[in-house]
Amino acid sequence: MTTAEATAATDYELVIGLEVHSQLLTASKMFCRCPADYANAAPNTHCCPICMGFPGVLPVINEQAVDFMIMTALALHCEIPDFSKFDRKNYFYPDLPKGYQISQYDRPLSHDGYLTIHLNGAEKRIGITRVHLEEDTGRLAHLDGGGDRYSLVDLNRAGTPLMEIVSEPDMRSPEEARLYMEKLRSILVYLGVSSGKMEEAALRCDANVSVRPRGQAEFGVKTEIKNMNSFRAVERALTYEAQRQIEELKAGRRIVQSTRGWIEDRGITVLQRVKENSDDYRYFPEPDLPPLVVSREWVARLQAQLPELPDAARERFERDYGLSTYDAEQLTAERAMADYFEAAVKAGKASDTHARAKAVANWTLGDLRRLLNTASLDISVSTITPAGLAELLDLMDAGTISGKQAKDVLEKAFASGAAPSAVVAAEGISQLSDTGELESIVDAVIAENPKAVDDFRAGKSSAVQFLMGQVMKRTKGRARPDVVTPLLQSKLSQA
Amino acid sequence: MSIDRETVEHVARLARLALSEDEREHLREQLSAILEHINVISEADTSQVAASANILPMTNVMAVDTSRPSCAPDTLLANAPAREDGYFRVRAVMDEE
Repeated sequence: MTTAEATAATDYELVIGLEVHSQLLTASKMFCRCPADYANAAPNTHCCPICMGFPGVLPVINEQAVDFMIMTALALHCEIPDFSKFDRKNYFYPDLPKGYQISQYDRPLSHDGYLTIHLNGAEKRIGITRVHLEEDTGRLAHLDGGGDRYSLVDLNRAGTPLMEIVSEPDMRSPEEARLYMEKLRSILVYLGVSSGKMEEAALRCDANVSVRPRGQAEFGVKTEIKNMNSFRAVERALTYEAQRQIEELKAGRRIVQSTRGWIEDRGITVLQRVKENSDDYRYFPEPDLPPLVVSREWVARLQAQLPELPDAARERFERDYGLSTYDAEQLTAERAMADYFEAAVKAGKASDTHARAKAVANWTLGDLRRLLNTASLDISVSTITPAGLAELLDLMDAGTISGKQAKDVLEKAFASGAAPSAVVAAEGISQLSDTGELESIVDAVIAENPKAVDDFRAGKSSAVQFLMGQVMKRTKGRARPDVVTPLLQSKLSQA
Repeated sequence: MSIDRETVEHVARLARLALSEDEREHLREQLSAILEHINVISEADTSQVAASANILPMTNVMAVDTSRPSCAPDTLLANAPAREDGYFRVRAVMDEE
């Protein structure tokens, strides 16, 4: 951003609301018992007359999907009204075999909650307008066969459960939007209701974006941004769109209420559809589905089933393991990472839990995460198990291997899947801690480096480090520093 | 209450119905008559009746989340006007939405 652009940007305030859709990890579809997992299935093999919208069929609500949605709503501090119902949202598109989508209109299963994000050390609440249930659509492939353009329809996804989470227009920067998405995904994965995989479209995000002169109370005209398939895409697309709108306004033009698509590889949004008048979906109550009456006992039962959520886990990690807020937040963002960390701390032999926890955190967030990212592996399937990492740290604590050697052992164990102790044994990796052997090496190093010895006498403490380096060179890094340092000190003061 | 031509055309567009001039006028009259009848029904005193979204005396009809085998695709696609490699084939829809 140039200086002029930065100045322009500060004259305007960005207003963002997000609409997130999440698939739910149920076994069957929302209103029929076809399998919900359509990955790798041949087209139209997970379908039946109900999800294909044949006449005369009767849909039945999936109880697990309702439970998952209410659990999500509770985690987002929403109100769960006593009465709720499903409605038909009517529109024509080939991915929707019935000619309508079963959704929720004026009586959703939940409303009025919030989600907390952490920005620059401060907490900010983002309002949740509502969370409701609906069904997903089928998938289309658009083809062009020698000038003959047509589309192929696969209805395996049609009728799978979809949860919509609508936020208030409470976000004021692309970064806040990304943090909101990351936190929401984290909560969904902790709850076990969603895979959270944006790259597989199991989690999708649309954004409503507008800008207004700073200080103006009413909102500007908004655009809806679609096709953002990653957290990074959300932040990039919103940054682009805000700048585009500001430039339009500064040039004296109006923002047109419209839907725009994010083009990832070009880094721009393009106009998809102008909304001339508000959509007319002719919602009406779904006559095939009796309404839901949600008893307080039902809500209490689900409340009791809620697992520890990321914010609570973060606070507990800070309190029980003495971790920094930063480390605790990084570790608890992913439930699998948090579980791994705790298992590794518990598997070790260290007596000082806080020191061990800090070491586990450093290795998990550092070298191990780097190895996992490079191999595109999830930590839940890491070849270094929590017990393996604990063993590696125990070997370091016992002085069997140095920190530098441990990195090497970790990489080898990660690549081969062998236990760190097995790698140490097989490769003959060990530290040199024999005082007699080290003493003769120290003597030789001192004899060969009279200048460094003179420097030491002249008060240059860096001379010790230089000599230590020489000892390491001779021992190929195997010498134990905590044995060598006192040896060097005493020899130098005697010499 | 009567319905104007614009409303008839709007509803026809939403329902993807191509109507002739005669049909538009004919349906405008019919729809107006239906709405007039609803006006008559609206005169009934419902102040003592709770609003309802569903006429069935049932709530919370739900199924346990267990998946069952789906139907044979050949059966499901048997009446499709066009198919290709197990997909329904439809005319291009890229420009819509």
